[in-house]
Parts: sequence; C-alpha cells; structure tokens
Amino acid sequence: MSENYTPDSKVGKWFNDRLPLLSLASHLKDYPTPKNLNYWWTFGGILTFCLITQIVTGIVLAMHYVAHADLAFGSVEHIMRDVNYGWLIRYIHSNGASMFFLAVYIHIFRSLFYGSYKSPREVIWIIGILIYLLMMAAAFMGYVLPWGQMSFWGATVITNLFSAIPLVGESITTWLWGAYSVDNPTLNRFFSLHYLIPFLILGLVVLHIWALHVPGNNNPVGIDIKKPSKDTVPFHPYITIKDIFALLMFTILFAGFVFFAPNVLGHSDNYIPANPMVTPAHIVPEWYLLPFYAILRSVPDKLGGVILMFSAIFILFILPWLDTSKVRSAVYRPIYKQFFWILVIDIFLLGYVGAMPAEGLYLVLARVGTIYYFLHFLVVLPLVGYFEKTDPIPISISEPVMTGSANLGLAKKTDEKI
Amino acid sequence: MTDTKKTNRRDFLFTATYTLGAIGVGATIWPFIDQMNPDKSVQALATTEVDITNIEPGKSITVLWRGKPVFLKRRTPEEIAEARSVSLNELKDPEKDEDRVKKGNDEWLVMLGVCTHLGCVPLADKGDYNGWFCPCHGSHYDVSGRIRKGPAPINMEIPKYEFVDNNTIKIG
Repeated sequence: MSENYTPDSKVGKWFNDRLPLLSLASHLKDYPTPKNLNYWWTFGGILTFCLITQIVTGIVLAMHYVAHADLAFGSVEHIMRDVNYGWLIRYIHSNGASMFFLAVYIHIFRSLFYGSYKSPREVIWIIGILIYLLMMAAAFMGYVLPWGQMSFWGATVITNLFSAIPLVGESITTWLWGAYSVDNPTLNRFFSLHYLIPFLILGLVVLHIWALHVPGNNNPVGIDIKKPSKDTVPFHPYITIKDIFALLMFTILFAGFVFFAPNVLGHSDNYIPANPMVTPAHIVPEWYLLPFYAILRSVPDKLGGVILMFSAIFILFILPWLDTSKVRSAVYRPIYKQFFWILVIDIFLLGYVGAMPAEGLYLVLARVGTIYYFLHFLVVLPLVGYFEKTDPIPISISEPVMTGSANLGLAKKTDEKI
Repeated sequence: MTDTKKTNRRDFLFTATYTLGAIGVGATIWPFIDQMNPDKSVQALATTEVDITNIEPGKSITVLWRGKPVFLKRRTPEEIAEARSVSLNELKDPEKDEDRVKKGNDEWLVMLGVCTHLGCVPLADKGDYNGWFCPCHGSHYDVSGRIRKGPAPINMEIPKYEFVDNNTIKIG
C-alpha cells in the first residue's frame, strides 16, 4: 500500500519526504480496483483523454484564431485553409467536443444503471454533474467562436434564456452581452471563458478522482468489497491495459468522424458568417444539448420553459437522495432496470424531437417526454425503491461465479451485462 | 471594566472589522463585474437616423440599431383597420394599436424586430395573424407586432423614436 511506500533510491526518498509525489504515483499504481469492472467502466479514462485532447488542440487553435466579430469567421477559415494541419486540428477539436459528450453520456448512464451515485459516492456524483455543467458551458461558448450564423443565433437564444428572470432579466442579459445584443464584446468574453473553463474542469476532475479513491470504485455487482482482497486487482497493469484497449477502440470512432465525416455532427448554416439581421429558418443546438432544448420548447411559457430546462439538469444533483433503494446495481433490481431503459428511450425521444420543429405531433411528444423525464426522477425512483423486491445480492464478487445452483442464475445475469 | 463590557467592545470591533472588510471586498469586486456592462463606445452608438422617403405603403425596411434589427413598416389603411379591430381580450399582452404608434403617423409601425421569447428575428408576412412569425420557437405576431400565439411573453418592443422631419426617423 502506498501509505507504507518508500522509494528505492536515495534521491527519490529525499524528494518524497519533502513532496510525496512518488507516494501518490505508487497509490495510483497499486489502487485496488474491483476485478469485475466491465467495459462501461473504461469511460473515465476515455474522458480524461478527451479533456486533454480538447485542451491541447484548443491551445493550438488559439494561436491562430482572432476573437473579433469582424475577423473571427475569416480566421477560422484561415485555420482550415492556410495553417499547416489547421484543418486536422480544428476537426479534432470540433468533433472532440461531440466525442467528449458521447463518452460523458455513457459514463453517466453507467452510473445510473449500476447505482454508482449512491452512498458513499454522492460527492463523486455531484462533482461529476458540476463537470457536466461546465462542459455544456464550454461547448456552448466554443460553438460561438467561429461566428457563423448558428454561432450567433445560438448565442442569442441561450443568453436570452436569462432575460426570462423577472425584474433583473434584461439587465443580466445586457451584462452578459456587454452590448445591447450579441456582439463583439460578447465574442471576446466567450473566448476568454472558453479558454478558462477546461482548466476548471481539470481541477474538478482531480477532485472527482480524489473523491473516487476514498471509497474506491463501485462495480457491476454493486456491493461493497474489501480492499485490497481477492476481489480486487491493482490498477496497474490490469485496469490500465483494459482502459488503453477501450481508448483505442474509441479513437477509431473518433478518427472516423474526423477523417470521413467531420461536418456530419455540425450544422451547415455555421459556414455562413453571422448576420444579426437574419435568423436561420431552423435553429438547432448541437446534438448533445437537444434533449434539454426539447424540454425548453415543450413549455408554452418563457419563464416556465427556462425553469424546467434548468431543473432537468439540476435535478441530477439530488438524485442520490431521490433513489431510495439501498441496492446499487440494476442487475439485482428487476423493476428499476425496466425504468432505466424507459428513461434511456425517453431521453433519445427528447433528443429526436429537439431536432424537429416545435409543432404538431413533435410538440406532443416533447411534452410527454418532458413529463416522463421528471416523473422518473421525482416519482418512479422514490417509489420503486420502497416497493421493489430486489433479487438476492451476492456476498462477494466471486460468489456468483464460485458457488452452486442457487446463485448460478445470478451469475449468468451478471455475465450478460458484462 | 466588567467582563460583559469587554465582550461588548470586542463584539463591536469584530462587527465593525467584518463590515468594513465586506465593503472593501465588495468595492473591489464591483469594477470586475461592471466592466462587463456595455462600455462607452457601445453606448455612443445608441441612436440611428433613418430616411423613410422611399418606403411605399405596405412595405417595410429593417435597419440595425444597437446591434438589433428595427422594423419600420408603412402600413396600408386595411392593415391599420385590421390591427384596430382586434378586441383586447384576445391579446396575451393587451395593448391598443394606437398606443404602439405615434399619433398622426399611424401608418408607421417602428418596432424592435426581436422576438420577445429568445431574441430571434421574426419573419415578415408570415404566421397565422398576417404579421410576423418567429421560426425559432413558433411565436406568431399580428400586424401590430403583438404576440398572439406561441411562447413569447410580450409584444415586440417599441423603441424610443421620433420623427425628425417628414422623411426622417431617429431611433434611440
């Protein structure tokens, strides 16, 4: 264990006594990890990769980009056409945002399925949601920087959300803009904040991992395990090699987008320079914000829509207390498991109608989807926790595999998920 | 001096120190907050003069004022009649058409071309009420720019403007 770690070399010992970085490295290397972690657990590493990719490509892009309303659009085209490998770096950055969200959604749904947000991991979860919020802020501001039509009108719509606040709404919006509409001052400050936020995220990631290392990882069986024991393996090399393999699979998908479909996730209107006189016929946010956009539009009232949209995100902060079940993993929760998949379908539905015009059947679907989303968290989760009869939980990770008939069914069930 | 007195004096000193400290911190933070408000150069662009000589009845033009589009529409008598025939009970944000134009210049509707929902620019001659339609989230405005259907809470805003002479409008 790292607590008893002493570096081999004299220099190492001298340094480690003054700043125990080597002890930290040793802790990370030996960190006892449940041996049954499946591939859904590899997304933490993938997300770290995404964050670093965004920071590195972002710093490079900032060397060529000009944050001025008259020059921004041209400077992005300059990056695409003139800067050596500029097209590659920008496509990595813009598709990297999508990949980042893809990974974070899988990471969040993994937590929802296996109950990773439950005691004693509530703080990890809350920090995670904070990271998610900052990611959305960073993605939104980054999308504004090319100063195309979607940039400009996306910025207009999102900043106008704050004008729904009674009394001070208008002043807040003007304050955010630094003008009487989205304009050059807005672009400048968005660039500044877009550069700052990833480093805030990095800081929160450190806290996220620190908080994780206190209780240790949850696992597909969802039971507490002794650490270290025969239920755990050291993080290195067992988890590192698995994470790297998953990361390579992920980068194949990532590279697929970058090289073969770099604009498929974007909107062609953003290749038209921003024009404050004309709103594009159909404004849609990036795909990863669509479910929330659908919720916003499902309410025929400005303030109501804004409140509901923000609630949809903020409700996640109290999730650990809304879910009343003591059993973590959905593998042993036959009823919750069904509701979990209904929620997944509901969010996909919201995402779909968010991309469609807000009228007719789409509007009806958006309302049904919105109501169900809140029902899931506010009604289903508390009640299922009380009334559900959960399946018997194994005593250890090894038990479903090692013991006989009674638990063999369980073991199979677990395997299917793995 | 008794103990109580001592405590009171100490409490007073603490409270005074905290208060002064809080005022100092507040005074230091304020410039960092206020710097984000519209600056002098932005405020300096707060008026726009528009020549309206060549606008035929039934036509409209759009000009940029403080970064936002302003619609100047010269309405036909039929359009004015239509706007004034609407009963106030039918309106989400009740306002008479007469109150949205300058008396004597009733044919001119000068209005911020900004949807009061989330700030998009509505499209002219579209929607269910012969006025404007916002493509973003489906707000319908009538021929007086009043909200009739959709998520927008209030009518499109009338900016401060005046007729400098018969052919010129000054906005702002």
